[in-house]
Amino acid sequence: MSEFKQTFNSSLGKKLIMALTGLFLCTFLIVHLGGNLLLFKNDNGFGFNVYANFLTHFPPIEVIAYLLYLSILVHAIYALVLTIKNRKARPVRYAEVSSTNAGWSSKNMGLLGSILFLFIVIHMSDFWYNYKYSGKVGFIEYKTNLATDETTAVPYIPTSPNFEKSVTTENNFEIVRVKDLHARVESSFTNLIYVIFYVIAMGTLSFHLKHGFQSAFRTLGWVHRKYTPIVSFIGTWLFAVIIPLGFAAMPVYYYFTR
Amino acid sequence: MENNNMNLTLKVWRQKNADTKGAFVTYKAEGISPDMSFLEMLDVVNEGLIHKGEEPIHFDHDCREGICGMCSLYINGRPHGPKGAITTCQLHMRSFHDGEIIVIEPWRAAAFPVIKDLAVDRSSFDRIQQAGGFVSVNTGVTIDANSIPIPKVIADEAFNSATCIGCGACVAACKNASAMLFVSAKVTQLAMLPQGQPERWSRVQAMVAQMDAEGFGNCTNTGACEAECPKEIKMTNISKMNNDYFSAKLFREEGVHEHASSGE
Repeated sequence: MSEFKQTFNSSLGKKLIMALTGLFLCTFLIVHLGGNLLLFKNDNGFGFNVYANFLTHFPPIEVIAYLLYLSILVHAIYALVLTIKNRKARPVRYAEVSSTNAGWSSKNMGLLGSILFLFIVIHMSDFWYNYKYSGKVGFIEYKTNLATDETTAVPYIPTSPNFEKSVTTENNFEIVRVKDLHARVESSFTNLIYVIFYVIAMGTLSFHLKHGFQSAFRTLGWVHRKYTPIVSFIGTWLFAVIIPLGFAAMPVYYYFTR
Repeated sequence: MENNNMNLTLKVWRQKNADTKGAFVTYKAEGISPDMSFLEMLDVVNEGLIHKGEEPIHFDHDCREGICGMCSLYINGRPHGPKGAITTCQLHMRSFHDGEIIVIEPWRAAAFPVIKDLAVDRSSFDRIQQAGGFVSVNTGVTIDANSIPIPKVIADEAFNSATCIGCGACVAACKNASAMLFVSAKVTQLAMLPQGQPERWSRVQAMVAQMDAEGFGNCTNTGACEAECPKEIKMTNISKMNNDYFSAKLFREEGVHEHASSGE
């Protein structure tokens, strides 16, 4: 075991951990964006609320979720450890430093990451914590007429404190009762300050991933004349453009339509 | 004849030794010919200082033709000055303009302690090299030059990595004072060639371990090293070395029967 310990304590080993946790978080973003596209569905949050219930009650996803929280912490802690080491490697700073030799985002990953960490804390305390623990998220009942496929939604007050979800069918009506996270999203995304904060955070994400995604591949040693341009393309267009834009579009859409 | 000579203001880092604190001292460099090299300009300034009975500015230099890797100097925020792909000794004063203020600093890294003024101790690079940056060969008759076939592309790329002169500009340019470009060039030039194979996996581990022990920073792939390297060593060397390092540490077998014997 000591050989592994030595490997992961080396400078390259620590960078390997940064790269692997970073890429894992990148894959999560794809899934998170995909699921949240349900917010654009004009169904009073029916699809989104059922999806949120599924995410929090399906055991394999719960395991991955805890792996995810761990990755965020490890990524942040290792970043801190590496940054401290890097500062120590240059005890006397230069009086003058040219800014032409490297991209801005590559030199400011710590700042970008800190903003993102703050965002994640606020984001999780607003949605994840309230959904799971605070009891501030109420319930909603969706009644679908199976003949006409029309759905109506009314607030629902559960009779038992342990109630999570129910699906019943009676008289050609399907009744789904579930926690109304969508209402919370709606109230957050109609708050201008919140919307601005989200858009700034997604801009930060864009710059962080513009450097981070392709840098992780370099750290892992996966450079190749044929594949590196593809990695750079995905890092730029998918992770630094499409994904941040997709996430930023949600609060903006809600702000202007509600 | 037209006189294009320049008058410059130099802000030079003066430091007595590694244990004392340094500071910038301003000097005038007057009547400097644009055809002088940067080091010749400093020679002129030093002549003046010696005449005045002052201590001349200490700086490293040797071949003055860009191949030895001895000269350094962090000029106006860039290692080896404002031009790309050259060392300080190849930098000419025509790259500056009359009246310019030039800030001259030593390489700044914990692993490169200042000896005096602008001269730094780069023996940490020597120790990294000594840890494994070589090929062990038996002496004997000279082997025929082309007895080991090497593809042209590989030979060229290994040669490109081998052009590293170990000046330390990569460390100086890196915001983390990381030595990864230097170490990776030294590892990769040998890892690509058949002659380097017997020691390939032990070499990369030993050299990285020594690099870490010397107190260099960690690579964040900013690319500043590649942009400032006077020999244009590519950052792909770093990834190649990482690949070899992780292979060596995680997947290569060393002594199959020693530890993995079955039974107990």
